[in-house]
Amino acid sequence: MVEASNKVIQSFIEKMPHAEALGLKILQLSAGEAEMLMPWSEDLIGDPATGVIHGGAVSTLMDTCSGAAVICHPENGGVTATLDLRIDYMRPASPGQDVRAHAECYNITRSIAFVRATAFDDDASRPVATATGAFTIAFRKEASA
Amino acid sequence: MSPKSRRPEPVQVVKQRRDAALNALVHGVPYVRFLGIGFDRRGDELTAVLPFDEKLIGNPMLPALHGGVTAAFLEVAAIIELSWSLIWPNMENGSQDGAAFDPDSLPSLPKTIDFTVDYLRSGLPRDAYARARVNRSGRRYASVHVEAWQDNRTRLFAQATGHFLMPDQTS
Repeated sequence: MVEASNKVIQSFIEKMPHAEALGLKILQLSAGEAEMLMPWSEDLIGDPATGVIHGGAVSTLMDTCSGAAVICHPENGGVTATLDLRIDYMRPASPGQDVRAHAECYNITRSIAFVRATAFDDDASRPVATATGAFTIAFRKEASA
Repeated sequence: MSPKSRRPEPVQVVKQRRDAALNALVHGVPYVRFLGIGFDRRGDELTAVLPFDEKLIGNPMLPALHGGVTAAFLEVAAIIELSWSLIWPNMENGSQDGAAFDPDSLPSLPKTIDFTVDYLRSGLPRDAYARARVNRSGRRYASVHVEAWQDNRTRLFAQATGHFLMPDQTS
């Protein structure tokens, strides 16, 4: 669910040209947390022998979802940019299935936001990939009570 | 075995074989086509080229390349370089005919274990280039470093290191 106050952020993220090219959708957006979906497409295949999607597509989903979590953190006063992102690939995503990502901004300082993210396909019990990242903060707002 | 007993191959034969193998490696991958990535070759040295396209933009206000596109471009450059380094010896010693390379006869692609991207500056709305270096290539694992730049070779906009699981090379 996306709260009304976050609708602007949702629209900004989904309308980024590359997010639109991949058809990325925000499923949930709340304080410092985001959930996104990347629909299955044959364009994303990275290994034609197996039909498994390319790691780069999973990276894009994780990066976008992590950025969304940072933007909607109540103490962040603006947009963000990725400083560092590490992805660990646990297993290949099943061909034909959508990929979902959940990201959580678990710490924020005056200048940096730290994020963890996990990606799944239809089998929510076994992650496809996990990520950790550091993101820039434009300026910090005091958290409203 | 006198070294003079074999004449060097005609240059066109050599180029045709190498380009055919590279072409099979790159053009078989739908996601590489989707991003529009190509490869320049000088001998065995590859440069990945990402021609600018509107659909690669993340923040339209700057505008800047999407961070995910940058990560994907670097990962593609790393995987292709690693695969290329695996097929090169077989192609050059004649045990596999370059013209016979097609997506079905190529070895399996290495699988990414982890990939860490260091964003140094925002990607401008221009063409981007990347070169990968295989720092360690073992029987099971490989470590690859990639550098990406735009207008100026010495001003990188991103770099990355990744570990890869090697394809089974027993066959």
